[in-house]
Amino acid sequence: MSRIFSLQRLFAMLIKEFIQMRRDRITFAMMLGIPLLQLVLFGYAINNDPRGLPTALVAMANDPYSRAAVTALENSQYFKFTDVNVSPSEARSLLRRGKVTFVVTFPSNFAKQAEAGTPNALIEADATDPAASGAAVASAPAIIENAVASIKQKNPSLKQDLLKSSTIIHRKYNPEGITQYNIVPGLLGVILQLTLVMMTSIALTRETERGTMENLLAMPASPFEIMCGKVLPYLGVGAVQVAVVLIAGRLLFNIPFEGGLLLLIGAILVFVLALVLLGYFISTVARTQMQAMQMTFFFFLPSLLLSGFMFPYAGMPEWAQTLGEIFPLTHFLRVVRAILLKGAEWSEVSASVYTLFLFVGLLLMLALKRFKRTLD
Amino acid sequence: MNAIEVKGLTKRFGDKLVVNNVSLKVKPGEIVGFLGPNGSGKTTSIRMMCGLLKPDEGNGQVLGYDLIKDRLLIKSQVGYMTQKFSFYEDLTIEENLSFVARLYNLTPLRKHTTETLEKLGLLSRRNQLAGELSGGWKQRLALAACTMHKPKLLLLDEPTAGVDPKARRDFWEEIHRLAADGMTVLVSTHYMDEAERCHRITYISYGELLADGSLSDVIADAGLYTYTLTGPNLERFIAELQENNGVQQVTPFGNSLHVTGTDLQALKRVLKPLEQNEDIQIEQSETNLEDVFIKFMSDSTDNMQ
Repeated sequence: MSRIFSLQRLFAMLIKEFIQMRRDRITFAMMLGIPLLQLVLFGYAINNDPRGLPTALVAMANDPYSRAAVTALENSQYFKFTDVNVSPSEARSLLRRGKVTFVVTFPSNFAKQAEAGTPNALIEADATDPAASGAAVASAPAIIENAVASIKQKNPSLKQDLLKSSTIIHRKYNPEGITQYNIVPGLLGVILQLTLVMMTSIALTRETERGTMENLLAMPASPFEIMCGKVLPYLGVGAVQVAVVLIAGRLLFNIPFEGGLLLLIGAILVFVLALVLLGYFISTVARTQMQAMQMTFFFFLPSLLLSGFMFPYAGMPEWAQTLGEIFPLTHFLRVVRAILLKGAEWSEVSASVYTLFLFVGLLLMLALKRFKRTLD
Repeated sequence: MNAIEVKGLTKRFGDKLVVNNVSLKVKPGEIVGFLGPNGSGKTTSIRMMCGLLKPDEGNGQVLGYDLIKDRLLIKSQVGYMTQKFSFYEDLTIEENLSFVARLYNLTPLRKHTTETLEKLGLLSRRNQLAGELSGGWKQRLALAACTMHKPKLLLLDEPTAGVDPKARRDFWEEIHRLAADGMTVLVSTHYMDEAERCHRITYISYGELLADGSLSDVIADAGLYTYTLTGPNLERFIAELQENNGVQQVTPFGNSLHVTGTDLQALKRVLKPLEQNEDIQIEQSETNLEDVFIKFMSDSTDNMQ
């Protein structure tokens, strides 16, 4: 008994492990925090049958039929009319920028069509994410039909024939509803984020752990030089990854390249810069490589869930959307999908790119500030 | 102008007072031993002097540059060798040297690294990873790397911990060569033989300068008298001797016992009864540096509490 297994020795091990576990605050917090985070995010924020999708309304005429149809669409909870009575060109721009998921258009003669029994509404859907728009689009024709019918019933003088409604549906940017079109550009962002943040997050902690930091600091290298030296090589790594993903996306998945390549590369560069600086910032906070990894993971998980990569962004509750805005990935996904799938121009993605620039500036400042403090 | 002239250096980490009011003067070309008990803040003091840390209080000059304002200038003209090997173990010897040479902008690069490798005697092993070197070689590489830019001041933090006596002797020969060329050296150490190789010794205990001067000055200033007892089974006397007021410390050295005290007459009185034992020889001997340091340490309370 005492040779192979002793309860006393096991007890000694257990006590030591427990003390060490308790002393490593970050690990302890992660063990409790991650399950709770997952539970809340998955439980409340994630919705595979998203409701309340932002919709633009183009109503050529203000008639009772289209009004009833709009009310009915809104009552279905799938559609939330965020931009009402915009011009057709404005509506299209909103769709390209990803501000709205649908554009609903009622023609000027909708009332006449309704009374004649053939109401033709037009629904343009941003189908880049087939999962987000699918259910709403499928239910829309019936909803409009019922709304028109109920108005007609109030007016017995009209012919109460069966409606031959033909709501026209345009699934734009991804008419065949190919999931890869949405996933692969998103994967570009996710792959870049995973590797670059992780690699740069151990940049400084590795020096500290190996004891080389003290020497490095004693030599005449400024914090800015050290940061650039640590971070720039990963821009190269990022460039290779971008090339691989884009070429594979084209060759294996036939991902459309609607927009300009130069604009795309520029946007990717800003995103990559934000990522390496984020990683570097983590490495100024973490004390060990292990902690850096944990922090990266802690950041990675919610960004995956809330950025619109795995689940439709527009389908999340407002608080989750607000939370999603703090991740560079969220903004990058908008840009890369808009450029690749919708052929968006600079003016249509500039807001998101500027936000990415904001991340770069903020993280640069934070990292340099933190670094100065770690000297002492 | 002194190479180092600092006054009242104080450093706290949180609530803990790590360095308390350290003042130090080092003349150009001197090799000064910086001594003190564990936890007396020697490493932190050195880090403040090479611009790595900002002192909370105190001021002074290193190589004529202000300790607070000109830290970057100090860094470029001081060589600092850390306690633990802190070059890159996953780089080769030559790659490490090239890295340092580039940081200090030494041109032509090739000439500097080759010369250093030659001096080290590592020319044939230039492509070996630094991590594969033995402790003694690592330490020589570190010294070579941090003196490559010919600093005017070299700060060494316990440079020969864990190094064999031969390597330690070689190391000190190199230090003396560098000093002969005009380099000032400040070296912190716990080893008496290292301290004895310095031109001057400074002993600091919790902010108090307890001794400062050449080896013989420090020993003389301590005012200690030492008797050496030789014979078998001397351990039996240790406890008894220590209880005496006239005896400061009793230290066993192999088969002999060093009995030290500040009062020669009292010491003689204490040892008188032992003369009856025929197998024990008692004679007055020279007080050595270690006796002096042990006296310093037992006089001051430890900082660990």
